[in-house]
Amino acid sequence: MRKLIVMLFVCLPSLGFASGGGGPMMSANVDVTNTASLQRGAQTFVNYCLSCHSAQYMRYNRLAEDLGLTEDQVMENLNFTGHKIGEQMKIAMTGDDAQRWFGTAIPDLSVIARSRGADWLYTYLMTFYVDESRPFGVNNVRFPDVGMPHVLSELQGVTHAVFHEEVDEHGQTHSTFEEIEILSPGSQTEDEYERTVLDLVNYLVYMGEPAQVYRRSLGVKVLLFLAIFFVFAYMLKREYWRDIH
Amino acid sequence: MSTDGVDLKKRRFLTLATTAVGAVGAGFVAVPFIASMQPSARARAAGAPVEADISKLEPGQLMRVEWRGKPVWIVRRTAEALETLAKLESKLADPASDESAQPQNAKNAHRSIKEEYFIAVGICTHLGCSPSFVPDPGGDLGSDWLGGFFCPCHGSRFDIAGRVYAGVPAPLNLEVPPHTYISDSRIVIGDVGGAA
Amino acid sequence: MTNFVGWIDDRFPLTKVWNEHLAQYYAPRNFNFWYFFGSLAILMLVNQIVTGIWLTMHYKPDAAMAFASVEYIMRDVEWGWLLRYLHSTGASMFFVVIYLHMFRALLYGSYKQPRELLWIFGMVIYVALMAEAFMGYLLPWGQMSFWGAQVIISLFGAIPYVGEGLAQWIRGDFVISDATLNRFFAFHVIAVPLVLCALVFLHIVALHKVGSNNPDGVEIKNNKDENGIPLDGIPFHPYYSVKDIAGVVVFLFVFSIIVFFAPEMNGYFLEKDNFVPANPLKTPEHIAPLWYFTPFYAILRAVPDKLGGVIAMGGAIAILFVLPWLDRSPVKSMRYRGMLSKLALGIFVISFFALGWLGMQAATPEFTILARIFSLIYFAFFILMPFYTKMETTKPVPERVT
Repeated sequence: MRKLIVMLFVCLPSLGFASGGGGPMMSANVDVTNTASLQRGAQTFVNYCLSCHSAQYMRYNRLAEDLGLTEDQVMENLNFTGHKIGEQMKIAMTGDDAQRWFGTAIPDLSVIARSRGADWLYTYLMTFYVDESRPFGVNNVRFPDVGMPHVLSELQGVTHAVFHEEVDEHGQTHSTFEEIEILSPGSQTEDEYERTVLDLVNYLVYMGEPAQVYRRSLGVKVLLFLAIFFVFAYMLKREYWRDIH
Repeated sequence: MSTDGVDLKKRRFLTLATTAVGAVGAGFVAVPFIASMQPSARARAAGAPVEADISKLEPGQLMRVEWRGKPVWIVRRTAEALETLAKLESKLADPASDESAQPQNAKNAHRSIKEEYFIAVGICTHLGCSPSFVPDPGGDLGSDWLGGFFCPCHGSRFDIAGRVYAGVPAPLNLEVPPHTYISDSRIVIGDVGGAA
Repeated sequence: MTNFVGWIDDRFPLTKVWNEHLAQYYAPRNFNFWYFFGSLAILMLVNQIVTGIWLTMHYKPDAAMAFASVEYIMRDVEWGWLLRYLHSTGASMFFVVIYLHMFRALLYGSYKQPRELLWIFGMVIYVALMAEAFMGYLLPWGQMSFWGAQVIISLFGAIPYVGEGLAQWIRGDFVISDATLNRFFAFHVIAVPLVLCALVFLHIVALHKVGSNNPDGVEIKNNKDENGIPLDGIPFHPYYSVKDIAGVVVFLFVFSIIVFFAPEMNGYFLEKDNFVPANPLKTPEHIAPLWYFTPFYAILRAVPDKLGGVIAMGGAIAILFVLPWLDRSPVKSMRYRGMLSKLALGIFVISFFALGWLGMQAATPEFTILARIFSLIYFAFFILMPFYTKMETTKPVPERVT
């Protein structure tokens, strides 16, 4: 529980945190080179997210390629939507259905990590709590009055959010979020749940830009090449400029 | 500014070395631009192997399936049609299909895995038109026509195994795509079987 | 080889152009760090044009497909991610280079007689570049693309009488829509680039007519040897060509660090909200233009009147055009100017950065007051220039470059 007591994330002059919301931000240390974590995250994603959310730009065969799986493994363990290996993670629900059932369009998750950021997603998935006043009986600290049920509650359990209430000199009440308490445990322990969420966020970050691991590794080579190029270019410059100095 | 005592050899070496490294760099830079014009993952997914059900195909009939955006023919040949193959050899440009494209297991007298079923990409090897299926001998194509494929664009003729006649514009036999039988009645076009 | 060149020369002035503009184009020998940015700007222009052409091969200028086609480029097109990042990073780095290039002109008086027209061509390039960047930013069709364009086009609505009609004409619809996207695409990929290339050509022609200024602000043409070659001049090729190559490599090193390790630049080069598809019914909580527009955006917001804000913003750019006639200093380079000019330039740079920062923040009352103060400083720098440049005592300028 102590782990969940939140570190305040001192935001840079942050450029547009969409749909603001309250509460502090927890930091997620994602590592997209950890393929084991990405595989677990993908598993969670297809089991819990992909029924309502699509990832319409992500192809199953790319998943196989990047996560170190064979195409058969992907088809057996990660593809429950009946799509072919070369197709994208689409879902059957249409935008109209979503509007009717959830009162809002359900965002596609392909690039969600790029618009929200890993820390936001991590905090969001950690801080659902029971609130009977809401249509699905749950609310969220990071995204107050969110229209999404707590799909991972069977793992996390029934949760309660502790807010610290303070009345200031003007008689106004300020409530600040303190921690999430587990009222009745789910199928995972707190540590296990935290890891599940981290893996899932890690996967979402990967999915936001599948090329990122390769991008960084290529970058190192490009910089090395430019460093070598510079040595020659600089020596050439110095040689010619001996005429002038 | 003075150009006395310049080590021209060193200067030339450094110029060459810098040019060489720069050329290598330019070569690296060209790679993404050239490679990006290759078929994308979407094109490759759309060009994935396709399955065809041949159980309803009657002898003498042709069915078309689309593979990589191209028409692929599946022809169930009659015994009479197959008999014509041997008679035609002298009139063909590449009767043994030595120059033409087909998988190893279809490089035989009837240019197919199973003698009865002929599978080919329905695109003329001349300039890319799609030939017509003219199975009946004689007719408009002359008394010596024994049945096969005729390209209306430039008049190329192919026999019932897609082999091109000599003296027509098309240089090669029709291409037989990689394909495999997953059962007696189902084939997968574009897949050699086994590995995906 | 000689024969071949001779054959060409009889038909096309190849050797003549080569000599006039490179091998026998004499540039001052005392160029410093600030003189890299001209050639770097050309490098960025080429980068934008080439990567732009390749992106056009895969991009769809259609409101229903644009966002998806950018993700298609990022995922499905081989190397598409690199083409896109080269282009998006290139856009921001182009402005970095251009701002430094312009600052160099302020620092060494490169806009002063006889280089007024050179400066004006440069300013037109700058304005064309802003139009190019603005229209290009609509193309990914994300939330910031949409709402940024919405806000900027609405500025035209401030013009009395014709404004609303004009804004609607620019959009081609009642809101930003597919029609807007399509015409912005046309302007972004062909119309403005053609104009830019022509302007760059004119800019270089004007430069080579008057010759380059230098950190000392000394006209090297005033001191020539018996052959008519400036004593302080060195042939551009090979001396500055080899120097610029080294400069280009250093620049590419920095450029690559961004492209490969921080293409979003923490939201400064690619904004977070632009990864959400455009939604005409929902404005993001905080919208700000990309960093290179924010100083002017801050000036716009500082004025509590719609038309007044637009005029102030336009004026902030327009006043740069008349800079050559505002500066009454007898010397060009900051090196030989008095304390007042140095102070003024220093404060101007600080206020430009401050406005840039404020333009990214939410407009709270405190920030609005700050934006007003810095806007005043911005304009004061120009308006007071005829006075402080005339008043101060300058140091003697040497005969020859140092």
